[in-house]
Amino acid sequence: MVGEIFPYLFVFERMVFVEKGKKDYSDYAVVMEQIVKKFPGVLANDHVDLFVKRGEIHALVGENGAGKTTLMSQLYGLINPNSGKIYINGVETKIKNPNDAITAKIGMVHQHFMLVDRLSVVENVVLGMEPSRGPFFAIDKARDQIKKLSKRFGLYVEPNAIIEDLPVGSQQRVEIIKVLYRGAEILVLDEPTAVLTPQETEELFKILRTLKSQGKTIIFITHKLHEIMAVTDSVTVMRLGKVTGIVKTSETNSRELARMMVGRDVLLRVEKDKAKVGTEIFKVEDLHVKENRGIEAVKGVNLSVRRGEIVGVAGVAGNGQTELVEAITGLRKVEEGHVIFKKTNITNISPKRRREMGMGHIPEDRLKHGLVTSFPLYYNFILGRHDSPQFCDGSFLKMPEIKRSSEELVKRFDVRPPSIDILGANLSGGNQQKVIIAREFSFNPDFMAVAQPTRGLDIGAIEFIHKTIISMRDKGVGILLVSMELEEIFSLSDRILVMYEGQIMGEVTPDATSTEEIGLMMAGHRLEDLRAQEA
Amino acid sequence: MVSRLKKFYMNDKIIVPVIAVVVSLFIAAIVMLLIGKNPFIAYGALIYGAFGTEGALINNIMKATPLILTGLAVGFGFRAGLFNIGANGQLIIGALLATYVGAHMSTFPFYLSIPLTLAVGMVGGALWAAIAGWLKVARGAHEVITTIMLNYVAVFIANFVVNGPFQAPGGVPKSPEIAYSARFPDLLTTGATWLSAGIFVALAAVAVVYVIIEKTKTGYEVKAVGLNPYAAEYGGISISKNTILAMAISGALAGLAGTMQVMGVYYRYLGSLGGGMGFDGITIALIGQNDPIGIAFAAFLISSIRTGSNQMQIAGVSKNIVIIIQGIIIFLVAANRLVKSLMFWKKGAEEA
Ligand SMILES: Nc1ncnc2c1ncn2[C@@H]1O[C@H](COP(=O)(O)OP(=O)(O)OP(=O)(O)O)[C@@H](O)[C@H]1O
Ligand SMILES: [Mg+2]
Repeated sequence: MVGEIFPYLFVFERMVFVEKGKKDYSDYAVVMEQIVKKFPGVLANDHVDLFVKRGEIHALVGENGAGKTTLMSQLYGLINPNSGKIYINGVETKIKNPNDAITAKIGMVHQHFMLVDRLSVVENVVLGMEPSRGPFFAIDKARDQIKKLSKRFGLYVEPNAIIEDLPVGSQQRVEIIKVLYRGAEILVLDEPTAVLTPQETEELFKILRTLKSQGKTIIFITHKLHEIMAVTDSVTVMRLGKVTGIVKTSETNSRELARMMVGRDVLLRVEKDKAKVGTEIFKVEDLHVKENRGIEAVKGVNLSVRRGEIVGVAGVAGNGQTELVEAITGLRKVEEGHVIFKKTNITNISPKRRREMGMGHIPEDRLKHGLVTSFPLYYNFILGRHDSPQFCDGSFLKMPEIKRSSEELVKRFDVRPPSIDILGANLSGGNQQKVIIAREFSFNPDFMAVAQPTRGLDIGAIEFIHKTIISMRDKGVGILLVSMELEEIFSLSDRILVMYEGQIMGEVTPDATSTEEIGLMMAGHRLEDLRAQEA
Repeated sequence: MVSRLKKFYMNDKIIVPVIAVVVSLFIAAIVMLLIGKNPFIAYGALIYGAFGTEGALINNIMKATPLILTGLAVGFGFRAGLFNIGANGQLIIGALLATYVGAHMSTFPFYLSIPLTLAVGMVGGALWAAIAGWLKVARGAHEVITTIMLNYVAVFIANFVVNGPFQAPGGVPKSPEIAYSARFPDLLTTGATWLSAGIFVALAAVAVVYVIIEKTKTGYEVKAVGLNPYAAEYGGISISKNTILAMAISGALAGLAGTMQVMGVYYRYLGSLGGGMGFDGITIALIGQNDPIGIAFAAFLISSIRTGSNQMQIAGVSKNIVIIIQGIIIFLVAANRLVKSLMFWKKGAEEA
């Protein structure tokens, strides 16, 4: 109950300031007061107040589309509020653009990284603020400064590495260094952990604690309850554009936070019946696939999926899962081996034919593959089936039917805002994901390759997606699930495969294994070796 | 109702070009003042020269006809993510083939020879452009480079043809005339100018391109490939097929522009028949925001200021002023963010 009363106490405390008219915000690194931001048809921020004490790690949480990114974009000057005030260290500050934000010592690491792939770490960090010696770029100075920053905050990266060669976790460290290099005292991290492995997340948390111990203030957006509990000091919860709760982390718990975020109790683990497994529908045999740089990423994988079961592929990111799924769905060339779907060899057929045969795909990278962000939703909802008889009579699109079915999906999957005319780019990250999932499920596939289905989704949406995946399974769809989230793999899969360096380390069932065993396989131990040791 | 009107006018696609035009006229007026000319007189002459007489209007429409088509050609390419700089070359090939076929139509009735000549001109442009599309798909050669090179090839082919195998008697570099049955009928004649039915073909092309882009599967696929090829591929849309197809449609429109010059204006192939219309197409597509209807308006805008500029010259103001106007319009449309920030009332309603 504390959580329900506490916010009001907090708010009351502030109202006192306001009434006295002297607004002493000097303890706060950031105060955003009564921020209103309207988008056409959406009130994204509805008189939002945010109070962040100096030197704390403050979690900003809430459902997809609650307005978190919007609020932070205003703090960083990417967009401007319709009304409201911002105080930095107690002083009212106008932030019209990112330059103002940098001057106010605010830095932001975005939900989607903004690095130049072909440049080195040093070049990316100093971009726009290059140290010089006379008219020349003094790269050695830059390198020294970066090394100092790395050391001081425990952010280890190789300054000369090229960005595209770095794993996601390191790229993120580069983003953080970039922000610190610009002198940030206040750091905003928008869903930094969504793309990280659990190990990388742990490292990030270490960094955050170091930053905090050196007096930096951090605003941290996440959907993961355990992360809030692990690193933050206080939490602001948003819902539908409004602040619905403010609590101290030490005075709350996961369940209560979940309720504040979604407005109801959430099942943190889905219930499901035993799978009614049918005949084999999908198989890959001795599959070899190369990654972009020509190095073999999938090295002889065998797996099969039967109707009515979910086969989970666990593994640390970057062990060939991405390439495996792309090869299965026809987006990447198979070097060797076969892909067999409904007893037909589909190794070399086009994605289009695969879709026509009844294959669905929820891609890992929603912005790259999953959506045409400049298309309105109703166009995105037909991507992949735009020439099916339902939506097209040969050459003309059936617009009324397209719009009708889009309306239905928006409703059924609770996409917010519930408008089919909005552009894909203007949806919040989580709602973009819902659109993709809604589309792929609505096509009634027989087999579906599902990669990172709940990345960036709020807990309510995760529950919904998990239920949807299970109900698909129960209808007899074969599902191959690739996920970095062990919890997700455990709660959904009927069988689990673990992938390491392009190979399958072993197959287990969720009730006959343990997190430890999977963890060991993820680190490169083969199941037969582990079991032999045990015996 | 009011909100719908407001929405219509607030649409960037409309407001940016309109503001660009207004601002450019204003800046050009300042320039005229600085060189001691009266902008009111100059613009009065410009308008009179473009619309004031029947002859002016006819000239204006005749100039606009091929510009609409090259604008559509470039604009359609843009929608597919392709930068077709080769409309000139496609126009030449289309015109040349149309002339050749048109010259052999004398025994055919007009209802066969007109559509046939049109079709051949379009196919010529389409195939010429498809070469660049194919090179992109098969060899990864960028269309900007290949279409520019194909422009030269087309010019040289045409020069060769009208200086030898297909030359009119008299030793000048031009082709024989096309048959009467393959000429567009004149709708109006005033003095030495006539209005050919070509404008209806161009307007029909606007409608067809609009329908293709907005209502058909092809339009959907082409747009998807242009906006996000990865997502298109994921959705089972063939990038290769649509790249070639989009180039071909773009080229067909350019070829049609050249055919229009042959069937309605010169009745033969002349080296100068294309002028810089292929490149004007880029300007027009830009001003028209790659929207078929916008392109039609943009083409009329350009043809009007060009037609009117002669009258302006007569009124004592250099016709080069229109080049300034056109340059500023392009600059402002290309730098549309600048224009948007000029629009104080749009503040707040901006994108993220
Ligand atoms: N440029 C825009 N134009 C129109 N609507 C927008 C725009 N940007 C955001 N919105 C809308 O504003 C609302 C808030 O979006 P925002 O991105 O802030 O959500 P979020 O809390 O970050 O969600 P998520 O957890 O899914 O990332 C959403 O309804 C979104 O669709
Ligand atoms: Mg967000």
